[in-house]
Amino acid sequence: MNRDVMICGVGGQGTVLASKIIAAAAMEEGSVVHSAETIGMAQRGGSVTSHVRIGERAQSPLIPLGSADMILSFEPAEAVRNLAYLKEGGIVIVNTTPVKPVTESLCETGYDGTEMLEYLEKKCRVIAVDGDDACSQLGSAKFLNIFLLGVAAGSGALSIADETLLGEIRKRVPARFVDSNVKAFEMGQEIFNVQGETEDEAQ
Amino acid sequence: MKEYVMGNGAIALGAMAAGVKAVAGYPGTPSSEIIETISKHSHEGIYIEWSVNEKAAMEVAAAAAYSGARALVTMKQVGLNVASDPLMSLAYVGVKGGMVIVSADDPGPISSQTEQDTRRFADFCRIPVFDPSSPEEAFAMIQDAFEYSEKYSTPVLFRPTTRVCHAYASIDVPDIFSPGEYEGFVKDSKKWVIFPKLSFANHGMIEERNVRIAQDFSSYGKNSCEGAASAKAVIAGGVSYAYAKEFLQDNPGVRLVRIATPFPFPEDFVRSSLEGVSEVICLEELSPYIEESLLKMIGKGGMQLAVSGKLDGSVPHNGELSADKVADILSAFLGIEKKNRACDLEDAPALPMRPPVLCAGCPHRASFYAVKQAMKGRKTVYCGDIGCYTLGNAMPLDMVDTCLCMGAGITMAQGFYHTDREVACFAFVGDSTFFASGMTGIVNAVYNEANMTLCVLDNSTTAMTGHQPHPGTGRNMMGNVVDKVSIEKILKAVGLSKVITVDPLDLEASIAAVKECDETEGVKAIIFKSPCVAITKPQGLMKISEKCINCKKCIREIGCPALITVDGKVTVDALLCTGCGLCSQICPVDAIGGAGNE
Ligand code: SF4
Ligand code: SF4
Repeated sequence: MNRDVMICGVGGQGTVLASKIIAAAAMEEGSVVHSAETIGMAQRGGSVTSHVRIGERAQSPLIPLGSADMILSFEPAEAVRNLAYLKEGGIVIVNTTPVKPVTESLCETGYDGTEMLEYLEKKCRVIAVDGDDACSQLGSAKFLNIFLLGVAAGSGALSIADETLLGEIRKRVPARFVDSNVKAFEMGQEIFNVQGETEDEAQ
Repeated sequence: MKEYVMGNGAIALGAMAAGVKAVAGYPGTPSSEIIETISKHSHEGIYIEWSVNEKAAMEVAAAAAYSGARALVTMKQVGLNVASDPLMSLAYVGVKGGMVIVSADDPGPISSQTEQDTRRFADFCRIPVFDPSSPEEAFAMIQDAFEYSEKYSTPVLFRPTTRVCHAYASIDVPDIFSPGEYEGFVKDSKKWVIFPKLSFANHGMIEERNVRIAQDFSSYGKNSCEGAASAKAVIAGGVSYAYAKEFLQDNPGVRLVRIATPFPFPEDFVRSSLEGVSEVICLEELSPYIEESLLKMIGKGGMQLAVSGKLDGSVPHNGELSADKVADILSAFLGIEKKNRACDLEDAPALPMRPPVLCAGCPHRASFYAVKQAMKGRKTVYCGDIGCYTLGNAMPLDMVDTCLCMGAGITMAQGFYHTDREVACFAFVGDSTFFASGMTGIVNAVYNEANMTLCVLDNSTTAMTGHQPHPGTGRNMMGNVVDKVSIEKILKAVGLSKVITVDPLDLEASIAAVKECDETEGVKAIIFKSPCVAITKPQGLMKISEKCINCKKCIREIGCPALITVDGKVTVDALLCTGCGLCSQICPVDAIGGAGNE
């Protein structure tokens, strides 16, 4: 099955690990995978994207516009910035916690993410989760990426078995953080269950 | 064994599979991970170094290739400008062991000064070039490149682009690598010493040889021709080939010709692939290299073929291509209706800008701020250079007036002085850039009696490209601890009128150092020494106390990303702050302090 998954956020949020885990897990399940990351100057506090392309169809590493089955966004504005990549009927999973731009404190635009989230709701199927809240329960913002990965897995749209993803998490995070990351992943899955109901109500 | 690797990793593993013995390079996005991959794999018997610059790397590797060993050189495209001196001559002399020079191009440009095209360099030097379109292909093609290099006793260029270097794919890699056997250097001054007579003879030989290579390339498997014969055909190179393939999956019945070896242009192959074709479009990034080669071929052979591409405006000259751009270009060329698959975002709210900035706690911020404060009200020119510190141009620091190329800041500061004696001229250079191409410039300053201040921003690493070691760090790529080369000692030995080393995070001392240099005639230097925050542990965290009058001076003056406003009040972002303490030295009411400051 061909799937294009875009992961986006702000440099330093841990998007790269999430994309590596998705790519590795899909490969583990026998798929051909191509992916690409933002590297270099753009990493520093800038917008970053990872493109993960699963399946035989992809010839090039970057997802074409209107093709992503899922956008997993670590930040509300970044989801909007990359929305053109979403295909019709695709799903956006978004962390509601905004990352204010560094320039914000200099030229206050009042950006707080709400406008972005409202816009997303209008445009496409959205699962919005509060990453900040989850991380404070988990005790560190370091778990944001795995928490969001859990949400993505819980949504079913990744079509990768939870066990495969967990296997890659165990392989890729430092041994002393495995337990907390597994917990973060599970918390992501559970939140989806609760949200899934509210989403149904909304429809 | 299957490995999921970055394109640069694939290039590295391919070179190792080809039995490479010597590897040298200088870091530069998008090429840096090639050498890093080799050093991370078990590389018994392989010599690896980060050279001081690309010219040095080229020469180190050339000697290995003279000795019959296989040699790899890596750099980004602008690095090839630096290495062009040895490369030009090397092209005449030739090699014994296979020598492949990876020069990674950066269409966009995404993180480079120029959109230059390494294929042109190959043409200029008259040596073959390989142009991979994916990581999988790069792995195989670099092995071919070594074969051709040895077969024709010539250095060979290998030109991936960012989208190949930084894409990931899985590669089947051998479990063990070992460098090939080699004879060692055999003296022969008629062969290895370049003299006009040798250049004359070899020039003729090279042109004659290139005709043979072009024929050889015509049967090279990676130059491919797919799809049924059609009146309209597509010819593509590099990653553009992958984009074209993706489009033609849904729009079959069009011939797709792929050029993997742009120079020497495989004319026989191209001619036969375009048989029956009346219109062809060239898809390539950077320069219209394939397009011009095709036009030359058509002109020579009197062929009837309409060629479109960059030269008639069908394909943009600048920027990179993408699957979407190629879909639009090919739709127009083939007369297919354009599909707009992206949802309409015209009504989207204004997106916050996220320009790259110096990290929170970056010592460069403090260095720039100290110079800015010390020189307030004076006429100044601040010459910048290549590295993270180019970001010192951003508001509110605004401390980079020029940036040209590696090491240029030091020499340009002299030029500004010679044209305007009233202006205080400063050059900012990083430690790695200083070793790469700053040292000769400072000798020039002393010799030609400039009046300038050099600010060495010494953070003990090559930060921008991913923290590679350099001569000042005391570590090398063979994993050895070596004597650190001291920038201070070098500057003193050159005979500067003043050399001051200071911790930039001590604002008062730094301002004093700048003033002292400003008052001294001649060539002066300040070494701002403080490690990059990305390679050191944070020193704690700053807090803002009740005393804060919310004047926002801290935010306005230094622009540290860890200083934010929450509900209108200035706050320190605990996740970002490194406790560098710069802000605490700026606050007029002493409201910022470390632990216990409530
Ligand atoms: S101490 Fe101040 S200037 Fe330094 S990182 Fe923290 S907030 Fe930024
Ligand atoms: S400079 Fe000091 S008083 Fe002014 S806003 Fe910053 S912390 Fe508050």
